[in-house]
Amino acid sequence: MQRKGSPFTGLASVAMKEAADHMTSPRMHLVMLLILLTALGSIYGALGEIKSTVSEDPFIFLRLLTTAKQPLPSFVTFLGFLLPLIGIALAFDGINGEYSRRTMSRILSQPIYRDALLAGKFLGGLLVIGICLVTLWLLITGMGILMLGLPPSGEEILRGLTFLLVSLAYAGVWLAISLFFSTVFKSPATAALAGLTLWMVFTLFWGMIAPLAASGIAPADPFNQMSIIHQAEVGQAIARISPNTLFNEATIAILNPQTRSLGLVFAYQMERAVMGMPLPFGQSALLIWPELSGLLAAMVVVYTAAYVTFQRQEIRA
Amino acid sequence: MSTPVIEVKGLRKTYGPNAAVDGLDLTVNKGEIFGLLGPNGAGKTTTILLMLGLTEASEGEIRVLGHDPFREPLAVKQRVGYLPDAVGFYDNMTARENLAFMARLQDMPSSTAQMRIDEALLRVRLAHVADKRVATFSRGMRQRLGIADILVKGAELAILDEPTSGLDPQSTQELLDLIVKLASEGMTVVLSSHLLSMVQSICSRVALFNKGKIGLIGKVSDLAGEVLGGSYVIETVADGCDIAAVTRGIDGIGNVSMSNSGVVRIDATRDVRGEVAKAIVEAGGMLKQMSMDRSDLDEVYARYFERMDSYAA
Repeated sequence: MQRKGSPFTGLASVAMKEAADHMTSPRMHLVMLLILLTALGSIYGALGEIKSTVSEDPFIFLRLLTTAKQPLPSFVTFLGFLLPLIGIALAFDGINGEYSRRTMSRILSQPIYRDALLAGKFLGGLLVIGICLVTLWLLITGMGILMLGLPPSGEEILRGLTFLLVSLAYAGVWLAISLFFSTVFKSPATAALAGLTLWMVFTLFWGMIAPLAASGIAPADPFNQMSIIHQAEVGQAIARISPNTLFNEATIAILNPQTRSLGLVFAYQMERAVMGMPLPFGQSALLIWPELSGLLAAMVVVYTAAYVTFQRQEIRA
Repeated sequence: MSTPVIEVKGLRKTYGPNAAVDGLDLTVNKGEIFGLLGPNGAGKTTTILLMLGLTEASEGEIRVLGHDPFREPLAVKQRVGYLPDAVGFYDNMTARENLAFMARLQDMPSSTAQMRIDEALLRVRLAHVADKRVATFSRGMRQRLGIADILVKGAELAILDEPTSGLDPQSTQELLDLIVKLASEGMTVVLSSHLLSMVQSICSRVALFNKGKIGLIGKVSDLAGEVLGGSYVIETVADGCDIAAVTRGIDGIGNVSMSNSGVVRIDATRDVRGEVAKAIVEAGGMLKQMSMDRSDLDEVYARYFERMDSYAA
């Protein structure tokens, strides 16, 4: 037997309420302040670097995002580090917070399905992150125009928008993870801690874990070149389990048009290639296609896990 | 008049090997105030959740306003208002915003919602704090805001889970008056409680829950007769004579016991008030007080569960 009525009833209302809550919450203001400060610092550093190099560059607005000036990392690196934090901050008390406020049974006694509540929370969070990302990008571009005295080219805008899409998918993965923890753990503090632990593992330790695991799974024989290649490939595959790896690869390829490959490249594959020539946008987009799909897939899978957990939960409060 | 609003047949809900609700049959008619009574853990809240379609029944059938709450939850929830035990609100929003959010979830046009919210807040006497954050509200105010929520919805059936638990006597009375008024306007009310005296004063019918089953169902006065049946309790106070001694010869008197406050309790199998009074007076005693209360729901309740326990033992 099937249930009657649309699962999307009330979705927009929940999403808008969540978005409004996030926009006014001190938690969001703190995280955004952190991001704005790091953005300001890294962009300022990048501007200095760019001004000091006199060579011509057709993608100067993309350099704004990727150039690092010691000791500050580039804006993209910062974002790779901080976007998960926004995702976690926005959703760690999404579901268990409704229980502890004892609003869960009241909201579910309204004519909506649980689907709408969970999806609304997710979309509300995603909407807020999207707005922040666009604002941030516009700020940076505006700052670039003022300081450099150049307008961005069409391709730079296109690449910038693609970068925003990748960032949104990346933040979406962490939003889904955080939402999942908030359905699994009854206490918001535990959910937040679980989210932060996973964040630490993926941003800090995964880079060490992946090669170790690879050497265990596929030991390299120094006299067998194929085994060395095999180990490198296994290592890369393991590294790509982390959404951070996917995000970094995708941003490198889309913001550095010269990037030709994200994996191993053999010398014969580079034959007759004009080194340092940028790829057209279409080719860069093709290059990041698997990474983007991977991020979206991770988002969907984790969301589904949260959805299944939530649907099976007893509503007692 | 007696259109069934809720029909429950053979309802069972099991959690692992334990049955929270075990074979429930129940009919609630339009315009009634129906009380679900029982100790904590007797299955009242589970029954309510089943009625709202928030939990799936293991067995049996429920119809609420003619719909199956688990298969057509939206149709049911559109017309049923629910006030959970210890209701919660979004603390960072005002009373008005809280109600408006719920109204939006019901797909109510905002002009209608505005009007109904103002009206409902006025009725539950919260109009003066409509734009204050709910975080500052007392327990009683929250309960009333919960009722306002049901009013805004224009529900035909209101399900209230322990509506007065944790309220002071004055707030309790206020809430009860409100419930009675709603019922008189045609709303059907189902409420659960373990506070019997309260239920007694407002409910048209009650169901006594015990371990997931309904032990008794009916009007309060009928239940009293059924449970207390042949047992009468007479409480009396008299000076100047030993009540136990003078009443010994009267037929039908069981146990006679004296409490610390001086009240003597006589258990009898029939109404022996006249004879007891006569016996006391003839023995030279000063009869000060004598009462027999059969219709007290507390008594029914206590007796009923005593009996259940003795069966179990």
